[in-house]
Amino acid sequence: MKSPPFEYHRAGSATEAAALLGELGFDARILAGGQSLIPLMNLRLAAPGFLVDITHAPDLAGIGANGAGLHVGAAARQRTVELHAETLAAAPVLADAISNAGQVPVRHQGTVVGSIAHADPSAEMPAAFKAQGGTVTAQGAGGTREISSEDFFEGYFTTALEEGELVTGVTVDAWPSGTGHGFLEFSVTKESWPIALAAVMVHVDAGTIDRASVVLGGVAEVPLRRPEAEAILVGSAPGAEVFAGAAEAAAAGIEPLSDSFGSGAYRKKLARVLTRRALTTAAERAGGAT
Amino acid sequence: MSTHDITVTINGAATSASVESRRSLADFLRHDVGLVGTHIGCEQGACGACTVLIGGRSVRSCIMFAVQADGAEIQTVESLAPGAEMHPLQEAFRRHQGLQCGFCTPGMLLRSLELINDNPNLTAEEAREGISSNMCRCTGYQYIVDAVLDAAAEMRAEEG
Ligand SMILES: Cc1cc2nc3c(=O)[nH]c(=O)nc-3n(C[C@H](O)[C@H](O)[C@H](O)COP(=O)(O)OP(=O)(O)OC[C@H]3O[C@@H](n4cnc5c(N)ncnc54)[C@H](O)[C@@H]3O)c2cc1C
Ligand code: FES
Ligand code: FES
Repeated sequence: MKSPPFEYHRAGSATEAAALLGELGFDARILAGGQSLIPLMNLRLAAPGFLVDITHAPDLAGIGANGAGLHVGAAARQRTVELHAETLAAAPVLADAISNAGQVPVRHQGTVVGSIAHADPSAEMPAAFKAQGGTVTAQGAGGTREISSEDFFEGYFTTALEEGELVTGVTVDAWPSGTGHGFLEFSVTKESWPIALAAVMVHVDAGTIDRASVVLGGVAEVPLRRPEAEAILVGSAPGAEVFAGAAEAAAAGIEPLSDSFGSGAYRKKLARVLTRRALTTAAERAGGAT
Repeated sequence: MSTHDITVTINGAATSASVESRRSLADFLRHDVGLVGTHIGCEQGACGACTVLIGGRSVRSCIMFAVQADGAEIQTVESLAPGAEMHPLQEAFRRHQGLQCGFCTPGMLLRSLELINDNPNLTAEEAREGISSNMCRCTGYQYIVDAVLDAAAEMRAEEG
């Protein structure tokens, strides 16, 4: 089907986008890559009155790393971020996540920030962002504020953004050397939607894990942190038994929904297996024994 | 509803038009410009029949509004054979029976062209993974992979 009618606005900067959102009111939405929003409009599942296109705003296009982490602007396309040398160095878990998300032509158009703002609970990029940790920068008519990746995702397609705010960019926190990441999903083909996924990070110091992050996707209404699994990892030496225990803890207590791609019980099992394998890879990359 | 004046380059020719905001790039190309080589299958981004190249990069023209493409350089399947002679990719698709009904073919050709431009020495595995973005309900893909590899070899030889 064709999209319902709407009024198109093009913002030349972040400040202009925020002003437009303020002016146009509740029925205005940001248009980034359009790779989630336009299918929803064509299916008549969404019919916003106004779209504010941010992809022509030069101040939103940047990608760059510094000591604090990797900054990704709201207009940066997924494929550009995925192949960017600084992403591969500073946030390889994000690069892995992007390479699993949809087909290359979709990634040419879609933005990383758009995926995070869309907040689909089974999507790759929100889970990777939460696993590595970071900050969302939001801008509204009243100014800018920062929201932690821990607090950003509130429910199915629901974030901490207020009406009239847009995300201008995200910063993915740097982890010290000695860190390894693991990103694994199970899907029908590499690029199709994950049935379940695990995004993990571990830092190993002198043979002991001193920092760990375990996040699951596709099993709850948000990308789900698993503190019980992290508690088992921290203070332990990397090893098969520890990873199996942590994976068990990650899957314990989750109650994923069933759909045509898999039952809740199947997703729960996937969560355990994917977590164990992702942790094994992460520890290898961190340089710890496994 | 809003209407917008856009200027795009289509297959090398600058084109100006006035488009409704909700006009998809695919419909703009087919109905307003008359380039009906771009096919529309699902209209939700899933099948790749509507693939065009923008700045040399494959995108789904059914989930992009024409107004978003303002200023862009667009290449459609019509650019492959402007005269009577077919492009080496089209020849290879014909030789290898890389098409049956032909519905997916414009998208397949443009995605394949991008793959070969990115890597003229692509392997069968890379060709297979590359075209996994586009659906074909007829060929079973194997003949398309054969055609892409053969065309790549021919285009390498032509480049000399
Ligand atoms: C065929 C197909 C397959 C796909 N497969 C996958 C997949 O396997 N995994 C996956 O994760 N995704 C997949 N996607 C979705 C894709 O990754 C989208 O690009 C992404 O979800 C949204 O990014 P976008 O830039 O396209 O945002 P848009 O579609 O433009 O926007 C999505 C939503 O977020 C809001 N938004 C966007 N940017 C901002 C901002 N800066 N501030 C505030 N709000 C904002 C919009 O208002 C809208 O509500 C697929 C899409 C298609 C068409
Ligand atoms: S018609 Fe555009 S992807 Fe199917
Ligand atoms: S040739 Fe018929 S869909 Fe590909």
